[in-house]
Amino acid sequence: MLSERLRQFPVAAALEAWNPGAVVGGSSNLAELTLEIAPANILEVCRFLKHQHNFVRLSDLTAVDWRPLEPRFEVVYHLHCLERNERLRLKCRLGEPAEIDSVTGVWRSADWYEREVWDLFGIRFRLHPDLQRILMPEGWAGHPLRKDYPVHGHRYDYQERED
Amino acid sequence: MSEPEVQIQTGAPEPAAAAEPRRLVLNMGPQHPATHGVLRLVLELDGETIRSAAPHIGFLHTGIEKEFEQKTWQQAVTLTDRVDYLAPLSNNLCYCLAVEKLLGLEIPPMAQWMRVMLTELTRLNSHLVWLGSHALDIGAMTVFLYCFREREDILRIFEIFSGQRMMTSYFRVGGLALEPPRGWHAAIGKFIDAFPGRVDEYEDLLTENPIWLRRTRGIAHVSLEDLLDLGVTGPMLRAAGLKWDIRKAQPYSSYDKFDFEVPVRTESDVYARYKLRVEEMRQSARIVGQALEGMPSGPHVADAAKVVLPDREKMKTQIEALIHHFKIITEGFRVPAGEVYQVIESPRGELGYYVVSDGTARPYRVHMRTPSFANLQCVPKMIEGGLIADVVAALGSLDFVLGDVDR
Repeated sequence: MLSERLRQFPVAAALEAWNPGAVVGGSSNLAELTLEIAPANILEVCRFLKHQHNFVRLSDLTAVDWRPLEPRFEVVYHLHCLERNERLRLKCRLGEPAEIDSVTGVWRSADWYEREVWDLFGIRFRLHPDLQRILMPEGWAGHPLRKDYPVHGHRYDYQERED
Repeated sequence: MSEPEVQIQTGAPEPAAAAEPRRLVLNMGPQHPATHGVLRLVLELDGETIRSAAPHIGFLHTGIEKEFEQKTWQQAVTLTDRVDYLAPLSNNLCYCLAVEKLLGLEIPPMAQWMRVMLTELTRLNSHLVWLGSHALDIGAMTVFLYCFREREDILRIFEIFSGQRMMTSYFRVGGLALEPPRGWHAAIGKFIDAFPGRVDEYEDLLTENPIWLRRTRGIAHVSLEDLLDLGVTGPMLRAAGLKWDIRKAQPYSSYDKFDFEVPVRTESDVYARYKLRVEEMRQSARIVGQALEGMPSGPHVADAAKVVLPDREKMKTQIEALIHHFKIITEGFRVPAGEVYQVIESPRGELGYYVVSDGTARPYRVHMRTPSFANLQCVPKMIEGGLIADVVAALGSLDFVLGDVDR
């Protein structure tokens, strides 16, 4: 359920009217609107926002690890509508094992962003066309941007890869 | 609804099942001079035609986002320089704007104008390196020498301001690192008076050069729809006909007080991107000229004792100033919990910093939406179906920096 204040935003109101279960919360601080989406609905919400509300660009996709809070991960989408020059942030909270639908079918630009989030946070994107590591080497163990991943004292053995 | 497009392939039609087509897989990079860093492309060739291309990145990944979480808010400014090492001040600016937004700081006009002026010089610096190396890749060596001559002047100006040529870290949270030095006005004035003539020189060498035209016209065309879908921004998008520049659309740091044009072209080929960036250089020079003329006077840092280091004189006479100095140096300042996504127009496109604070003296999470990373995704679209000889021209027109891609 959205607060009265958030219903003032046409996008938030439209999204709630379209599927009341999809929006589980939101906030508006520093002139930036954030909507929290139920992870199961993310794909259809993105499709709805792109086609009905002209959010033609996915500006950014990333994640935040809130360990030890539960659910641990937050996947963050930054959408942009060129026509109205409007930006919107979507968030999905995910527990472990973290898995969410890929939005590559909506914006092709999501491809590398989702690979990056998989690489650095270990969040899986269902139905992603090619979910492999992108920044770290292929044989790497662990996901460096998780909060329990050490900054110091990590040793990597440069062993021959088996190809 | 965008369906995956069918590639239009030039050359001979696909042979039917009868004969297996001869395909050659060619590895280009990571050590290849035309990839300007360490980009690896795996190209599948049919004769000279590229059938598929797959970029591989990550060779320059240094974990900057992880490192942000270990620094205090102010220390982290130095990391932003190293993301895009051809446009360090753009990255400084974007990060500082994001943190200042969280802190609710008001930056004095002089610092804002100074930021605009130096960011535009950074754009010139970045575009000069781009033009020089792009022309060199295609075979026009003289342009490279000319461009680096002017770039040297810009780096000297940066050195006057910050003591550093490349990793300036001149913008800090709360304003500028130092008061502008004596003689800066004359140094920039001299440069900016001569610069438009220098751009004419580059254009004399390239714009109507028949070899340049044949190497760039109609090469690496991508439609506007594809560019938007692939997340491409900046000059690439403007060369495809979309007049969209964050400096105009969402002005930051008093860009709304400057008079400049946003150049647009519609051809969306290598030549259009060249013409567009050259025009951008002229416009940036205009902005620098206006900043030079109308530079307001006043303090170079915000009035925020808990964030900005106090004046040395005050530290010797006032106990509060001494306490603030001690707290800022030993612990750093705290930033109210919250999150912000700040975007600016960097030389390469939309640069975004997503900054999350949990209310402590260190960033909880900083994510950089770097333009090069997003732009590089369109490489297969640009070069598939084209000739291998055009790969270098196409990559050059993209203007990516691998530090910006891999972070």
